[in-house]
Amino acid sequence: MKTLVWVEHDGKTVKDATLAVVTAAAKLGDVHLLVAGKGIDGVAAEAAKIAGVAEVHTVDNASLEHPLAETVSPLVAKLMADHDAFLAPATSNGKNIAPRVAALLDVMQISDILSVESDNTFTRPIYAGNAIATVQTSDKKLVITVRGTAFDKASPEGGNAKVIASDGAGLEQSVSTYVGSEIAKLERPELTSAKVIVSGGRALGSSEQFHALIDPLADKLGAGVGASRAAVDAGYAPNDYQVGQTGKIVAPEVYVAIGISGAIQHLAGMKDSKTIIAINKDEDAPIFQVADIGLVGDLFKIVPELTEKL
Amino acid sequence: MKVLVPVKRVLDYNVKPRVKADGTGVDLANVKMSMNPFDEIAVEEAIRLKDKGVTEIVAVSIGEAKCQETLRTALAMGADRAILVQTEDKVEPLGVAKLLKAIVDAEQPQLVILGKQAIDDDNNQTGQMLAGLMGAGQATFASKVELAGDSVTVTREVDGGSETEKLSLPAIITTDLRLNEPRYASLPNIMKAKSKPLDQKTPADYGVDIAPRLTTLKVVEPPKRTAGVKVADTDELVAKLKAMGVAK
Ligand SMILES: Cc1cc2nc3c(=O)[nH]c(=O)nc-3n(C[C@H](O)[C@H](O)[C@H](O)COP(=O)(O)OP(=O)(O)OC[C@H]3O[C@@H](n4cnc5c(N)ncnc54)[C@H](O)[C@@H]3O)c2cc1C
Ligand SMILES: Nc1ncnc2c1ncn2[C@@H]1O[C@H](COP(=O)(O)O)[C@@H](O)[C@H]1O
Repeated sequence: MKTLVWVEHDGKTVKDATLAVVTAAAKLGDVHLLVAGKGIDGVAAEAAKIAGVAEVHTVDNASLEHPLAETVSPLVAKLMADHDAFLAPATSNGKNIAPRVAALLDVMQISDILSVESDNTFTRPIYAGNAIATVQTSDKKLVITVRGTAFDKASPEGGNAKVIASDGAGLEQSVSTYVGSEIAKLERPELTSAKVIVSGGRALGSSEQFHALIDPLADKLGAGVGASRAAVDAGYAPNDYQVGQTGKIVAPEVYVAIGISGAIQHLAGMKDSKTIIAINKDEDAPIFQVADIGLVGDLFKIVPELTEKL
Repeated sequence: MKVLVPVKRVLDYNVKPRVKADGTGVDLANVKMSMNPFDEIAVEEAIRLKDKGVTEIVAVSIGEAKCQETLRTALAMGADRAILVQTEDKVEPLGVAKLLKAIVDAEQPQLVILGKQAIDDDNNQTGQMLAGLMGAGQATFASKVELAGDSVTVTREVDGGSETEKLSLPAIITTDLRLNEPRYASLPNIMKAKSKPLDQKTPADYGVDIAPRLTTLKVVEPPKRTAGVKVADTDELVAKLKAMGVAK
């Protein structure tokens, strides 16, 4: 089987999310990559070095500077004439693009796979990860998004793939235009690749207290900072901190949940963490049912003390 | 301007899903079912656009007869009329998108606002597929929608922040949680909704092939996590963190 993996990049480097997708694709067959963008020679060269990749297809076009689904998906659909499976990471871009590709190919997408069981059978989470379904497709071509935390990352070095440029003719027309973006500058490790995450919930009470308590502890542990939806909705933390069914799916070595009750939608995003530590004043909080280490008490006393002792 | 809002009936988000012992799926017998939370947000957004040029809101649901309840909820919130495409078969996102495409062809809405994902199967596909079938612009994971003339400007939640796109109409929008806070239907509006028009159709009326492409071989519970130990104080916690090599 020939697979085509959509490479997520920022115009300069390949994003980590791509590496897990390469691992999933390699279980299906030959791995080819698609690097679409504007001025992407550097990205293509980096992509060609990823271990296990046979070919890198590039499309360099001004209209691809921002990966709009409207422009990327016809391109993918065209390349799929020579490929059997299209795979993208289950990131916001991957989730935006892949289903549109599936519609153009008239196939059902298999979302957010956790494992490759055979060339037509996969497992995927449903009901916010409260159930795992094994699904088999009868479609001739596959369109798949891959949950990054479920697959090891392919090595970014060691490969020597052939780079093949395709033309981007006809891409200029689109019904949508990119206006702008506000991407937060990260001073801490990105959540999806952080080894340790410190997350705060509604109990933090205000943005000031969130940052005054959570940030110093995260710094001591070299951790990324996350939040529950309640904390984000209350404005204590920015949107992209949100962990859960509708936020980021994370699986760090250590996840520290502080003042988070443990609603199923939150657990959906972090329950595959290796070790879960919970600090909560309510000893019956559901978070303790999944926590490896629990500490019952007032976070306003515990967290400063903990930070101090570390 | 007409807006189409597809709404799905799903297990209520407060109910803990239970996997059936025979591994065929999640038990939906005698449990509370509700409108998919993201679809409530979609209905709410359509209603809020009523001061901005929207004149008619059509709610659509595809599924069993009980989806009428979901449609009545949408009507009670403020939708003007509803279409039920009734089928006892499970319809996958591709099939839903094809039925919606047929309804779009018949109704000619300028906007279709869907939820970003249905919280049962967590597919996150239907809106993007519909946009692809229509060749229309798509703005997924919307956190802000501004309608102006023949275009719509949408702020979207993306990894790391937000992004803004401008789409020409007709366009597809899928909602994210922060777009708005859906209203509760008032009792008088619930009464009024009972007399709003609700068309009953079947997939055959649209001549669309909705045969499933996927077969679910089995559904199991995820590996269970068990509660671990409780530590008494921060000293003990620090010791554990050091033992794990997380702290020095
Ligand atoms: C469709 C949908 C999607 C959702 N998606 C997500 C998602 O992706 N991520 C997410 O997180 N949520 C999500 N939610 C929301 C989720 O249902 C919960 O409402 C949310 O996770 C609760 O956040 P919380 O634990 O911070 O707040 P609460 O549930 O209010 O918990 C606060 C906790 O803090 C404890 N506490 C209070 N004071 C102190 C103190 N001084 N010291 C120590 N502990 C204290 C309390 O005992 C309590 O357990 C979603 C909901 C819906 C409907
Ligand atoms: N059976 C259905 N009836 C009506 N709308 C649906 C149906 N299935 C999906 N949708 C719409 O598509 C959105 C995304 O669903 P999904 O792609 O299944 O995650 C939902 O939030 C609904 O707006």
